[in-house]
Amino acid sequence: MARVVVDVMLKPEILDPQGQAVQRALPRLGFEGISDVRQGKRFELEVDGPVDEAALARIHDLAESFLANTVIEDFIVKVEEPADVVEAAK
Amino acid sequence: MTARIGVVTFPGSLDDRDTRRAIRLAGAEPVALWHKDKDLKQVDAVVLPGGFSYGDYLRAGAISRFSPVMETVVEQAKAGLPVLGICNGFQVLTEAHLLPGAMLGNNHLHFICRDQKLRVENASTAWTGDYRAGQEILIPLKNMDGRYVADDYTLDKLEAEGRVAFRYLDFNPNGSLRDIAGITNEAGNVVGLMPHPEHAVEPLIGTGRTDGLPFFTSILKKLVNA
Repeated sequence: MARVVVDVMLKPEILDPQGQAVQRALPRLGFEGISDVRQGKRFELEVDGPVDEAALARIHDLAESFLANTVIEDFIVKVEEPADVVEAAK
Repeated sequence: MTARIGVVTFPGSLDDRDTRRAIRLAGAEPVALWHKDKDLKQVDAVVLPGGFSYGDYLRAGAISRFSPVMETVVEQAKAGLPVLGICNGFQVLTEAHLLPGAMLGNNHLHFICRDQKLRVENASTAWTGDYRAGQEILIPLKNMDGRYVADDYTLDKLEAEGRVAFRYLDFNPNGSLRDIAGITNEAGNVVGLMPHPEHAVEPLIGTGRTDGLPFFTSILKKLVNA
């Protein structure tokens, strides 16, 4: 089983009041020097079987038609390394 | 025989009963439609009511768009079936690409509920014939995700083609671009708006006025005269 991650972000030109509210709270928490925050969504898809090109293409279609609204959002699809591989690489 | 106007109930719809009541008060026959049914029961028009369909998870209206009933609504709307989307229904219409643009969270991040003044910009759609262009009306508005956005090209096109059907007056309640409260498709059979005409059809409730009733009398006249 593999994990595919879809990150969805509002397009840069779209006002993000949630991100702005988070950014404005930062100085109160003692975090200085953060000039902008934008908030997005992350979807983690557990995929049965191999994540080959065909599977990725289907997930790309899913992201484009459903997970993201491309009128207002951009998205990125990426395959996440299995945890044990990441561990071994450290 | 009078016109039959369907009202779709999705899981999370709130204003379906008020909408059916408004249709009845206008003199048409309301028909309850269920989101799982592909069949529209031979109705002459469809209203997608307000509420929070599928909890508005993912994005407002995004999951409803893929419901069985919407497959038929989209197909028939493209063939000319009159469709009105109110609030969540408007969100569903943009997600279904029957109307351009998208709806986002209010710019102030709060739920808002108020009596809202609007200007009727287009009185020639299927749902606005009983208004006058330029008429000012007062109807309730209540939403969390009411900020209408589209790119400049789309906004210019909507303005140039007279497809901005309603504009907020005096106060923009959610940061909608160019004060847009409602739009129509090119053919004028599909209309979406954020405020709620179905809550202003009797003098005893809502604003104390009946400024929302012409939506439902407009479509009735159009269908009966058709």
